[in-house]
Amino acid sequence: MDPITLAVLKGRLEQIADEMDATLFRSAFNPIIAEAHDASHGLYHAETGETLVQGKSGLPIFVGVMAFAVKAVIDKAARDGDLAEGDVYIFNDPYDGGTHLSDFKLVRPFFHRGRLFCHLASVGHWHDVGGNVPGNYNPVATECFQEGFYVPPVKLFVKGELRRDIVAILQANSRLPGSVYGDLAGQINALDLGARRLAALLDEAGTDTVAAALAELKARAAAMMRASIAELPDGTYSAEDWLDNDGVVDAPLRIGLDVTIAGGEMVLDFSRTAPACAGPVNISRSTAIASCYVALKHVFTDVPANSGVLEPVRIVIPEGSLLAVRAPKPVGGYTETILRVIDAVFVALSQAAPERVGAAAYGTINALSLAGHRRDGRRWVMFSFFGGGHGGHPGGDGLNHGNAPISTATIPPLEILEAAYPVAFKEWALRPDSGGPGRNRGGLGAIYEIELLEERADVFLFGERGRHPPPGVVGGSPAACNRFLFPADGGRREPPMTSKMVGLSLRRGQTVRLETPGGGGYGPADARDPERVAEDVRLGYVTATAALRDYHVTLDAAGHVDAAATATLRGKP
Amino acid sequence: MGRFTVGVDVGGTYTDVFALDEEAGGFVIAKVPSTRPDQSAGFHQGIAQAIGDWERLGSVVHGTTVGTNALLERKGGRVGLITTRGFRDVLEMRRRDRPTTWGLWGQFVPLVPRDLRLEVAERTLADGTVRTPIDPAEVVATARMLLDQGCEAIAIVFINAYADGGNERAAAAAIGARWPDVAVDLSSEILPEIREYERASTTAINAFLRPPVGRYLDRLEGRLRGERFPGDVLIVQSNGGVMDVATARRLPMRTALSGPAAGVIACAHIAAAAGFRNVVTCDMGGTSFDVSLIVDGTVALAAQTAIGFGMVVRSPMIEIETIGAGGGSIAWIDRGGLIQIGPESAGSDPGPACYGMGGTRPTVTDANVVLGRIDAERPIGGRLARLDTEAALAAIRTAVADPLGIAPLAGAEAIVRVANARMAGALRLMSVERGHDPRDFAAMPFGGGGALHVGALIKEVGLASALVPRFPGVASALGCVIADMRHDFVRTVNRLVDAIDYARLSRIMEETAAAGLAMLERSGTPLLGHDRHYELDMSYLGQTHTVAVPYRLDGDGPIGIDAARLTTAFEAAYRRSYGRLLQGIPVRVLNLRTAVIGRRPKLDLAALAPASDATVEGARRGGRRVFVDGAWHEAAVYARLDLPAGAAIGGPAVLEQPDATIFVDPDLRATVDPLGNLVVRRKEAP
Repeated sequence: MDPITLAVLKGRLEQIADEMDATLFRSAFNPIIAEAHDASHGLYHAETGETLVQGKSGLPIFVGVMAFAVKAVIDKAARDGDLAEGDVYIFNDPYDGGTHLSDFKLVRPFFHRGRLFCHLASVGHWHDVGGNVPGNYNPVATECFQEGFYVPPVKLFVKGELRRDIVAILQANSRLPGSVYGDLAGQINALDLGARRLAALLDEAGTDTVAAALAELKARAAAMMRASIAELPDGTYSAEDWLDNDGVVDAPLRIGLDVTIAGGEMVLDFSRTAPACAGPVNISRSTAIASCYVALKHVFTDVPANSGVLEPVRIVIPEGSLLAVRAPKPVGGYTETILRVIDAVFVALSQAAPERVGAAAYGTINALSLAGHRRDGRRWVMFSFFGGGHGGHPGGDGLNHGNAPISTATIPPLEILEAAYPVAFKEWALRPDSGGPGRNRGGLGAIYEIELLEERADVFLFGERGRHPPPGVVGGSPAACNRFLFPADGGRREPPMTSKMVGLSLRRGQTVRLETPGGGGYGPADARDPERVAEDVRLGYVTATAALRDYHVTLDAAGHVDAAATATLRGKP
Repeated sequence: MGRFTVGVDVGGTYTDVFALDEEAGGFVIAKVPSTRPDQSAGFHQGIAQAIGDWERLGSVVHGTTVGTNALLERKGGRVGLITTRGFRDVLEMRRRDRPTTWGLWGQFVPLVPRDLRLEVAERTLADGTVRTPIDPAEVVATARMLLDQGCEAIAIVFINAYADGGNERAAAAAIGARWPDVAVDLSSEILPEIREYERASTTAINAFLRPPVGRYLDRLEGRLRGERFPGDVLIVQSNGGVMDVATARRLPMRTALSGPAAGVIACAHIAAAAGFRNVVTCDMGGTSFDVSLIVDGTVALAAQTAIGFGMVVRSPMIEIETIGAGGGSIAWIDRGGLIQIGPESAGSDPGPACYGMGGTRPTVTDANVVLGRIDAERPIGGRLARLDTEAALAAIRTAVADPLGIAPLAGAEAIVRVANARMAGALRLMSVERGHDPRDFAAMPFGGGGALHVGALIKEVGLASALVPRFPGVASALGCVIADMRHDFVRTVNRLVDAIDYARLSRIMEETAAAGLAMLERSGTPLLGHDRHYELDMSYLGQTHTVAVPYRLDGDGPIGIDAARLTTAFEAAYRRSYGRLLQGIPVRVLNLRTAVIGRRPKLDLAALAPASDATVEGARRGGRRVFVDGAWHEAAVYARLDLPAGAAIGGPAVLEQPDATIFVDPDLRATVDPLGNLVVRRKEAP
């Protein structure tokens, strides 16, 4: 196909997916979709389910995972043999479909002139899908049934007719049925719009031309990925990282990765990873593969986002691994595990390509919920994810207070939270000394301290990195660990599982405090220009104590570098 | 001979002047090189060139990029921020975002560095209750620390100050009592709207812009005083309205996108006069392509914009979709073998390869020269004597054609096609994707470059037609002359429709409008009349995105707002946006927005119309070869301004004028309307 037509069609196809994203973001009810953009849309291959085109503003992790979700529907339709034009499937099965029960996937087989051309899909994180914990981050779940209700692929529309009984079942199982209804309507609107736009494009450009363009785009992405891998030196590069615990058993869980590069091919071998665990930090194989995709896309940013990216990559995950569980193993904390997988990929690849890979970001989602009843009896649930620092990288220091690599989410303004819930923030600030020391320092994590203004509330937290900090790369140092403090015995205490907490009862005037990790450092801390360290101290990103301890930089009373003392400390007089 | 109303638009390369003779109805156009860093020199020279006699200067309206440049280059005032204890990093923490979806190499440097952001004990709760009052002594001590560190302006941003600004005002009073001359901006005055980061950013940007914009306005007024000019100077705001100089000094953040706004205002006026209600304007510059929407005669406004990553200005702005595909954008082949355009630009130095000033990488302009659409022998703008076609061809061959294995001419056409596709994408984003039918819209190019591509755009997007204004190159200066005065206000309400105190809301609406009217009066600008517009940001309870709900008044009577009227207005707006209403969910009002508009006299566009004795033959300037769809065509060339009203020119044709070149594709036809605008349509169209 001629490259000009291809470039034009690529833009048109991406625009369809982007527009589907925008439709849902604008009309969604729950802030996790509307503000945090925890949703995604795309076009998927008619027979294989492979990602053809994905919206740019959706959640990055879904880019990889939706291919599996669509394949689950393709298999279901093949088994049942009753696929018809106008059907739309809905489900939240996290094993075949990826991620966790909160993510509802809608798959619409798209027919053009009577023939199946591809699938359109929409996925969004619903506010509440039942289970033991409002918001569904249940850190002590041992089966998925404690995390929410479970829907296998079923038809939401049959030949264009909405099945209202299905909607009734979905609503009846949520603490927030209105939100379920609003988000579902938004996802249906997005699919309708995608179908209209795609039909117009096929009419205009021709089905065969568009199909050829899609095949060509995949081939080109695969070729680019091969070329990118081939630029790296052959060899095996290893990384090891740890989850603090699974929320049920207090023992660390290893993520072991060996990356082998040979010519234009790459193998990501997770054989050294811990076996499936009791608590909810397991993930399904589809989720694990999707997280590898995300990590690689962050390193090879110019490769287009389609299934071609993974073509030259083989991912090895043994049966029984933490990274390949089946029902009913709990998977509600999947975000923590995939962040760890991404960190491991960064650390391993930084050995092969130190000039293009940065250090680990803060690496925990910190799903915090405060829930209670107001004096008039109304239930309230404040549920939010919190930010942290990005890793130092070859181009400079890491970003302070960024979003997680798996997401493009923004955090709600604290004034919106205070207006909506009976809380007052005492602090919303950068956390000094939280960035990993390095030639290029990790970005800073944050401090959030929240006071309760009502009589009482229950607090739930699902976090990680309480004991194993985000690592540095290329000689850089790790960042600070995550820390959660709650009132106890007249003072403050950390939970026994460090960053996981269930059913803590908070009283009026009491506070909980979250201190999130920064990003890891890039390059040795001693290689950082002492003047940059002095500037960090002047601005309060780094304390004078840490400048001396971590960077071996001595400052005088006015904050100026003592060059002689620093050189001596750094061992190069 | 009467007095002139003069519009001055300072762009990156040229300063354009449009001077309207108020009595005779005639006009003069001037174009002089922009001067940097002091734009006021070009401003002065441009006016002098246009009107000659300063005695005849009646009033000046000015669109400026001083504010935009100060933000982009980070060359503003040294600002100190005083905020609530525990929250000094709000400005730096943003909304926890990152600049790009893929790749984690983002960086952000806040406008106010951390050591100039200090905290004081104070707290207001979300319901407006003051939990901790300020201690004036602590505020004064804190301000002293900032002033000792050389701060020129102070921004005060307290948490929940949108709900009650009492603590902010008390703090400002304490500082004012000690240092009456220090500029102090309060977030509750600049933007009394919920969302602390957006409010802090907007307030800090205002304080940051006070020194550079203030100094610029000083120089401007100095030059005008030097010419003994006693009249008004008005400054164009990002919302497309104008304000007096005193307001601009106080609220310089309103000039953040002053530059591009005036051109869109001109387009709205010209389109209305030409009978076009729905228009997508497109401004093609050297590095970017800007698109705005005019629906039903009204310019679309956005609630906020970001000048680069994390620098949010929340104030109504003409909504502009920008892509990095201008005439100077560089074409290249990516690692997957696809042609890409931009975002890298050759700029004006070295400029495109055809400029012969050392540029070796091919740009969109190079492709247009090679294809014969731009006349290499008579480049517009007058800075260069001729363009180097061979250099352009060589650049295209090396960077695009050879890697793709195609002929250089095919490479040039490919560059234009991909650039057109990108521009079409921006047009589609602004029109089709907002639920508008493209067949109801006309593309309206202004600036120097857009008219070359307009034919391709209407075909790619499926627009009905294109409307090329008579003087596309000076549209922004013309827009200055006709823009209305405008003041925007916002107040957060955040109540359910059933729980609003409507007597109080009515009072706020009256008071806000009165404040706006007072600002109009203080400016002393002659106005034909004034209007007030109210709009409420509303949603179903639980949604975080709101819809803009216009609240229409019955003439000048009482406001008469109540739950029933508000609900009806909301449902109409919601149905327009999303098709269907939701049942059984309470409705909430988040913000009240008020716009007070002072109507200024409008330019009669008949003044711009072609001469009555013009003829098509008289406008003919021979022909030249133009490469289209893989083959050379013989295209007729016309002097566009010499064409008479009613002339119909079938493509392929090139229409030239001093500040723009228009290419009419072989399957299109251009007709000159009675006002001298060019209407381009498909040949087979009725």
